[in-house]
Amino acid sequence: MRLFVSEGVPGCLPVLAAAGRARGRAEVLISTVGPEDCVVPFLTRPKVPVLQLDSGNYLFSTSAICRYFFLLSGWEQDDLTNQWLEWEATELQPALSAALYYLVVQGKKGEDVLGSVRRALTHIDHSLSRQNCPFLAGETESLADIVLWGALYPLLQDPAYLPEELSALHSWFQTLSTQEPCQRAAETVLKQQGVLALRPYLQKQPQPSPPEGRAVTNEPEEEELATLSEEEIAMAVTAWEKGLESLPPLRPQQNPVLPVAGERNVLITSALPYVNNVPHLGNIIGCVLSADVFARYSRLRQWNTLYLCGTDEYGTATETKALEEGLTPQEICDKYHIIHADIYRWFNISFDIFGRTTTPQQTKITQDIFQRLLKRGFVLQDTVEQLRCEHCARFLADRFVEGVCPFCGYEEARGDQCDKCGKLINAVELKKPQCKVCRSCPVVQSTQHLFLDLPKLEKRLEEWLGRTLPGSDWTPNARFITLSWLRDGLKPRCITRDLKWGTPVPLEGFEDKVFYVWFDATIGYLSITANYTDQWERWWKNPEQVDLYQFMAKDNVPFHSLVFPCSALGAEDNYTLVSHLIATEYLNYEDGKFSKSRGVGVFGDMAQDTGIPADIWRFYLLYIRPEGQDSAFSWMDLLLKNNSELLNNLGNFINRAGMFVSKFFGGYVPEMVLTPDDQRLLAHVTLELQHYHQLLEKVRIRDALRSILTISRHGNQYIQVNEPWKRIKGSEADRQRAGTVTGLAVNIAALLSVMLQPYMPTVSATIQAQLQLPPPACSILLTNFLCTLPAGHQIGTVSPLFQKLENDQIESLRQRFGGGQAKTSPKPAVVETVTTARPQQIQALMDEVTKQGNIVRELKAQKADKNEVAAEVVKLLDLKKQLAVAEGKPPEAPKGKKKK
Amino acid sequence: MAAAAELSLLEKSLGLNKGNKYSAQGERQIPVLQTNNGPSLTGLTTIAAHLVKQANKEYLLGSTAEEKAIVQQWLEYRVTQVDGHSSKNDIHTLLKDLNSYLEDKVYLTGYNFTLADILLYYGLHRFIVDLTVQEKEKYLNVSRWFCHIQHYPGIRQHLSSVVFIKNRLYTNSH
Repeated sequence: MRLFVSEGVPGCLPVLAAAGRARGRAEVLISTVGPEDCVVPFLTRPKVPVLQLDSGNYLFSTSAICRYFFLLSGWEQDDLTNQWLEWEATELQPALSAALYYLVVQGKKGEDVLGSVRRALTHIDHSLSRQNCPFLAGETESLADIVLWGALYPLLQDPAYLPEELSALHSWFQTLSTQEPCQRAAETVLKQQGVLALRPYLQKQPQPSPPEGRAVTNEPEEEELATLSEEEIAMAVTAWEKGLESLPPLRPQQNPVLPVAGERNVLITSALPYVNNVPHLGNIIGCVLSADVFARYSRLRQWNTLYLCGTDEYGTATETKALEEGLTPQEICDKYHIIHADIYRWFNISFDIFGRTTTPQQTKITQDIFQRLLKRGFVLQDTVEQLRCEHCARFLADRFVEGVCPFCGYEEARGDQCDKCGKLINAVELKKPQCKVCRSCPVVQSTQHLFLDLPKLEKRLEEWLGRTLPGSDWTPNARFITLSWLRDGLKPRCITRDLKWGTPVPLEGFEDKVFYVWFDATIGYLSITANYTDQWERWWKNPEQVDLYQFMAKDNVPFHSLVFPCSALGAEDNYTLVSHLIATEYLNYEDGKFSKSRGVGVFGDMAQDTGIPADIWRFYLLYIRPEGQDSAFSWMDLLLKNNSELLNNLGNFINRAGMFVSKFFGGYVPEMVLTPDDQRLLAHVTLELQHYHQLLEKVRIRDALRSILTISRHGNQYIQVNEPWKRIKGSEADRQRAGTVTGLAVNIAALLSVMLQPYMPTVSATIQAQLQLPPPACSILLTNFLCTLPAGHQIGTVSPLFQKLENDQIESLRQRFGGGQAKTSPKPAVVETVTTARPQQIQALMDEVTKQGNIVRELKAQKADKNEVAAEVVKLLDLKKQLAVAEGKPPEAPKGKKKK
Repeated sequence: MAAAAELSLLEKSLGLNKGNKYSAQGERQIPVLQTNNGPSLTGLTTIAAHLVKQANKEYLLGSTAEEKAIVQQWLEYRVTQVDGHSSKNDIHTLLKDLNSYLEDKVYLTGYNFTLADILLYYGLHRFIVDLTVQEKEKYLNVSRWFCHIQHYPGIRQHLSSVVFIKNRLYTNSH
C-alpha cells in the first residue's frame, strides 16, 4: 500500500504517527505529494493524506487511515474510540480549522484564536480528569489519542494556546508529544516551522464561518452540561425526596480518636514546620491547609479521622536562634511553638493534635527504632570529613554552609541541597564553602558518624512501593521524585550530627552527638501521637486498618517516601506506612519567591493584620493551590477571585436564595412542586456533587473547589431564568412557581454550605446558622443531594457573606508586603542580609552591559571566530546577571535551550 | 430526519425490539444514548455501531481490517459531508464524487452490504427525493445503489420510496 502525505497538511501528522503500527503486517510506502494534488480519482477536491490499498481502494479520511493501521496491529474497535473519533470529525475539526485559520492566515492572537477551540479543549480536559485515566480510552495510548493529538498538535505545540488550567489536557498532550513516532511525524509535517508550516495549506481553505449563537463574553466558560438519562434524573429525585431521614446518625465525638476495626480509619499528617521560622503562605497551603481540607472532608464522610501536626524543634537552627535571642533552645521552642499554634488557629486548621518533637516520647521512640535497626545490622559507622568553622569553634551543620554547587555551579547552594538543581549535596563537596554566620572559610576535620544503610534496605523498599503505588493517590511529583531516587540507587545516609539540641544517640562513643533531623523528624508524627494517646500504636502499628495520608511540599518527599519507610521496614515492627503521599509544587509570590530575609511575601502572622478574614485567605490559597504545577500568589488575582467568585457568584446566590425565603415567604421554606426542569437541575447538582466527591477522594483539592462554584453558577442561572421576584406578584400558579424556585434554591445553598465546610469553615457555619440547617445535615455529606430544608422549615436572619475588596486597599497591601519589584520592607533581616545595590552601582553595571553588548554585536557583524564571540557572550550574560541581582530581579532563565 | 428518529429506524431494521430512548445535545441536536452498563454514548455513528453490535450483526461493520476502515470512513463522510453541507452546490459535488466512486461497486465496501450503506441511504434520502429525473440519470451509479438499498429488506420502512426510471431518457447527458 502507498501512503500519500504532504508537508504542511495537518492531517498527515496522525497518519504518520500511526503508520508504525502497521509495521510487520504490511509494507507501507510513503510518497510525498503537493497539498493540491488530486490523488483519489473519484474525489473532485484535492485530499491529502490518502492511503491507496493493495486492493485498489482508497482511504481518504485521516481517521480511517489511522484506524486501518491500528486494525492491522490487532486492535479491536470499541464504542469509546468511535465516540472520540466522531467527536473529532464533527466538533473538534471545525473549531480547530477556524482557530488555525485565524492564527495563521489572519494573524490573530490570544483569545481571538483560543476562543473558538476553548470549549473543545475543555471537553477533552474534563473527560481526561473525570475518567481519571492518562489516555482518552483507558490506561494505554490508543487510536483516539493519536488522532486527537495529530489534530491538536499544530495549535497546542505553541504553549500560548495550551491553557495552563487544563492540567489533564496538558499532561496528556506532553506525554504524547514526547513519543518518538509523534515527534518524527511533527518533524516531517511541520519542518520545525511550527504552525506557520501550515500557511500554504490553510490559505486554500474557505474562511470559517463565525461561531453560531454563542456571544463572546469574558465570563468564565460556561460548563458544558452533561447529558442526563431518565434514570439518573429519577434517582436524583428519589434521593432528594427522602431528605433528612436518609442521613445516618452522627458519630459521637471520640477522645482520643482511635481506629475502629471494620471502619475506614484515616490518619492524616501535615509536614512538621521548623519551629524557628514563621510559616509563609506557601508553607501553609503546601501542607497544613491542604491536609486540613482533606481532614475536614474525611470527617464529613464520617470516616474515623485523626489529623496531626506539630513543630519540628531540634536542630542547629534552633541553637543559633537561641544564641541570637539570648534564650535556651527550649525557651526558643516554647516561644515559637506558640506563634505557630496561634497562626494555625487563626487559619482555622482543625488539628486533633498540634504537638512538638522535643518530648521524652520522641527520644523513646526514636531510640527504639534506632536500636532495632542497629540490632538488625542496618546501621553503619564511618569516619566523616566535616566542615568546622574555627572562628565559631564548632562543626557546621549543613544549613550553615554555603558554597558553589558541585553539580550545577549555582553559587548559593546550601550544605545539604542545591536550590537550583535540587540535588542533595554533602557539605564537604561544596566548592568555596563559607560559614553562613561569620563568612569565614571552614576547614575539614574528621569525626565518627552513624549511617543508615539504605542500600541494604532498598529491596524491601522497592517491594513495598510495588505494593503501595499502583492504584494509590500518590501525586505524580511524589511518584516521580521517589522513583528517580531509586533509579539513581540509594546511598548510606548519615543520621548523626555534632550538636547538643537533638535526640541523644544511645550508643557508646556518641554521647556528644544527636540524631540528625533526616532520621528523627518523621518519627515526630509517632511521638506526637504518643503524647496524645498511650494507645498510639493502634494508629502507627496497624497498616491493615489505617490509611495514612501524608501532606507536604515536594522538597519533603524523599524523607517520607524513602528514609522513613526504610527505617520502619528495617525496624521490623509492623509500622503503618504512607498509603497516599500528597505533595504540592511551590507557591510563588507575585513574580518571585517568598523571602523572609528580604521581607517579601505574606507570612502567617501578618495575614491577620490585613483585615482580610481567614476564610478568604483559605479560599484563595486553595483556589491557586500548586496542584500539578507551581502557581503564584497575586494580590490583584486575590481581589478578582474574591469579587467575582465569592461575592458575585457564591455569595450572591446564597444570599439571594435566603433573602427570597425571608422576604417573600416570611422566613419559611415554601412548598416545592418540581417540574421536569427542576428535576433536571436536581440531577445536575447531584452529578456535580458526585464529581466533587470523586475529586476529593483523590485529594484533588483545587479541582473540587471548582465544583462548588459550578453548582453556585447553576443556581444563579436558575434564579435568573425563573425570576421568582416577578412571579411572586403574579397569578396563583406563578406564586407557586416562585415558591418552588425559592425552595430549591435555598436547598442548594444548604448543600453548598456543607460542601464548602472543608474550604471555608467559618463561612460555612455562618450560612448554616442563617439557614438554621438541622445539625446532622451540617456535619454529614452524602453523595446525593437531599432536601435538607423541607417546606415549612424556618430560616434565621440572612445577611451578606462577603465583602468587596477595593483596588486601593489591595494596592496598599501589595506595597506593604513588597509585591512586584522587590521592595525591601523595614523588617530586619534574620540571618543573612541582602543589601540591594545603590543606584550608582546599578547605573555602572548598566553601562557595562551596553558596552559589552556592542562588542558582541560588532564581532558578530564581522563574522568573527565562533569561540571568540562565545567568550564575549559569556561575559555579557554574566554582566546581565550581576545587574539583575543588583536590581533585585530574579535572573533570567537562559533562552533558546529547551528543557528536557 | 432527526437523529433519534433515524436511530429508531435503524433499530427496527436491525431487528432490535426494545426501543431505546434518545436525548439530544446542543444546537446540532446530537443524539445521546444512555446505556445500562456504562457511560452514555454520544453521536449518530457511534450509537449506530453500538446498536449493530447489540443486534449481533457485527458483519455490518465490515469483516476485514480494510472493510472496517472503509465502513468507518463512509460513516464519517455521512456525518461531516452529507450532514455538514446543505448548499445545492455542495450536494452536487458530493453526488458527483459518490457517483464516480460507485461506478464499479454494488455497495460502499464493494460487494458487502454494511452499516455505511444504511446510514448513507438515510442521510441522502432527503436530497434524492428532490432530484429531477434528469439529475437521477446524471448520477446513475448513485441511483442504482440508492434504489438497491431502499429495496433491501427492512431498511426503508416508512420513508417514501423514490422512483427511478429504468429506461434512460437523456442519453446525451454524459
